[in-house]
Amino acid sequence: MRVAIFIPCYVDQFYPQVGIATLELLEKYGVTVSYPENQTCCGQPMANAGFEHLAEPCNDLFIKNFSGYDYIVSPSGSCVLHIKDHLHSTSHESDSIKIRQNIFELTEFLTDILKVENVPSKFYHKVGLHQSCHGQRGLRLSQMTELIAPGFSKPEHLLRMVEGLELIQLDRKDECCGFGGTFSVSEEAVAVKMGKDRVADHIQYGAEYITASDMSCLMHLEGILKRQRSSTKVIHIAEILNQGK
Amino acid sequence: MAAEKTSGSPTPDHATLAEKFNKDEPRVDWHDETLWFIRKKRDKAAWQIPEWEQLRELASQIKNNVLSNLHSYLLEFEKNARDNGVHIHWASNAEEHNKIVYEIIHSAGIKHVVKSKSMLTEECQLNEYLHSKGIDVIDTDLGERIVQLAGEPPSHIVLPCIHWKKEEIGDLFSLHLGTPEGNNDPQFLTTAARLHLRQHFMTSRLAITGVNFAVAETGEVVVCTNEGNADLGVQLADVHIACMGIEKIIPKRKHLGIFLRLLARSATGQPITTYSSHFRRPREGQVMHIVLVDNGRSDRLASADFRNALKCIRCGACMNTCPVYRRSGGHSYHYAIAGPIGAILAPGLDMKKHADLPFASTLCGSCSHVCPVKIDIHDQLYKWRQVLTQNDHAGPMKKASMQGMAKVLSTPSLYASAGSVFRWLLDNLPFIINNRLNPWYRQREMPEPPAKSFNKWYSENRKKNE
Repeated sequence: MRVAIFIPCYVDQFYPQVGIATLELLEKYGVTVSYPENQTCCGQPMANAGFEHLAEPCNDLFIKNFSGYDYIVSPSGSCVLHIKDHLHSTSHESDSIKIRQNIFELTEFLTDILKVENVPSKFYHKVGLHQSCHGQRGLRLSQMTELIAPGFSKPEHLLRMVEGLELIQLDRKDECCGFGGTFSVSEEAVAVKMGKDRVADHIQYGAEYITASDMSCLMHLEGILKRQRSSTKVIHIAEILNQGK
Repeated sequence: MAAEKTSGSPTPDHATLAEKFNKDEPRVDWHDETLWFIRKKRDKAAWQIPEWEQLRELASQIKNNVLSNLHSYLLEFEKNARDNGVHIHWASNAEEHNKIVYEIIHSAGIKHVVKSKSMLTEECQLNEYLHSKGIDVIDTDLGERIVQLAGEPPSHIVLPCIHWKKEEIGDLFSLHLGTPEGNNDPQFLTTAARLHLRQHFMTSRLAITGVNFAVAETGEVVVCTNEGNADLGVQLADVHIACMGIEKIIPKRKHLGIFLRLLARSATGQPITTYSSHFRRPREGQVMHIVLVDNGRSDRLASADFRNALKCIRCGACMNTCPVYRRSGGHSYHYAIAGPIGAILAPGLDMKKHADLPFASTLCGSCSHVCPVKIDIHDQLYKWRQVLTQNDHAGPMKKASMQGMAKVLSTPSLYASAGSVFRWLLDNLPFIINNRLNPWYRQREMPEPPAKSFNKWYSENRKKNE
């Protein structure tokens, strides 16, 4: 099984510990992981801003980096969804189709491909799980409250196996945090209000940590928590699952 | 794609209007909670129907069928309605629609009309047009009457005055209807509105209604209200004009059951609207008209990416669930139809004027999944962004920064150096980034820059081992 990890640009630059946790976690489960070093970004920042047509060189670079692997795993539901929905190439479309089929978000890969039933991690804290929208509604990592259908949650399934971890309830368990890429700055007022409301929901139930499968949501929530001088912290789910090495 | 039309005076964009709305945070909280309460009511109602998701799928398929065969259904509807003794009018745009309605009113020698809720007439700005011709239009839906008295457009398609608090309505009624100052009792105010509206019902010889569903098989139109105001208006009037968009057709009466079950539950969490009124033929001595309006719908129908927005049954569920709508208010969308559905409909009518709306979303996707007819709203928002940019509605600053970003992100060496420069700046000269010009920093801290990127860490710690 040839597995490559895709570490999204902002994780690479600002949250290297999430990349390290992802790598180490996969290795714990016996996966040999490659890291194509020329990787940059999935192209979503341009595409969501309406500049999909500028993303072609970025797409080609992605295809060059990630062709030929059985699986591509990434600690970001949003970037994975973008690749799945929008990676195209005029010159290498067959490669892009394979990548779109073989790319997995981390918790999805652990649950569906590795079929993990044991998490040897300890994390004695009260944790709130933020459902990042693209992972949840796009990749169906968890059931959404909009649908009249049985519930499930891949990230929650994994977190429940962590020793000592207490998952808190939330009033709104799948409301968007307001990050939304360029939305977070172009619609600053609403983005921040959404983030403040999300944070308040976690804090009212005593969350020591807010976790998610997307660091972008957490970056936004972290910015708000720090401005509020809150003691609640953010932590990527890979970091929790990789605790107690 | 609809041809671009000329725009009127520039309106502030969604972000600006939303920022203004957010100046009063307790009010934003109240607005958000009010609409979230309705979303929860919807969930509760939907969970009582085990076959809910099947109903959505059925409704979606029926609407797809309608859109694929719209031409023949419209002709079938027209024939059956004419056989029922109804006058049928076709309007290709808002202006034609308004003229037709005015001509009917004028030729009957009427000056005062009552109108039940119709988003189509809002879209066509019929009230303003008729007012300019000296015709008085009284909106008889209570919420609509409230915003009409206040001189505002509705802020929500189902709950037009959801942004008004009862105390403010008390003040408004005291000013316009002469109710005692400071009496905000909802029961009292509703009774006052009832008495006020009753005078208009009794004296208006012409009633305008919207249309929720038009049944091709029978030529009848169905209007759903909670207040019975459409019925009362029509039953007391000599002339009834029903105004509808051409997409309101459903093939058969038996299909109504599916839509009526979905509509009220999605809209307000009620099992059904209080009144689902069927208007098939004019009663003895009455004249009935139906105006069928295109206004960009045919162009929309021709667009594979955007046609299925025409499936919309105007329930408002996408607004109630939208975390942006709840925190920016309906008026921030500066269009008759606010929220996610408005943001994909409005640019089809005037791209330049509404170029901001598809960006007023995080693309969270909640809207598409509460939608009772399965419109892919958030995907259309994404597609509209591409269309708007391709049509040069992005602005030079954004264009330049996106071109720069695309270059950096497709060139690994540039990306690595840009990243380390940015991290160095954040670490050593934070004031370059952390200032008022950076909208991120206004209410949020920037991430703390790590010493090195993951890429650097990997090459130092892992590469040698390979």
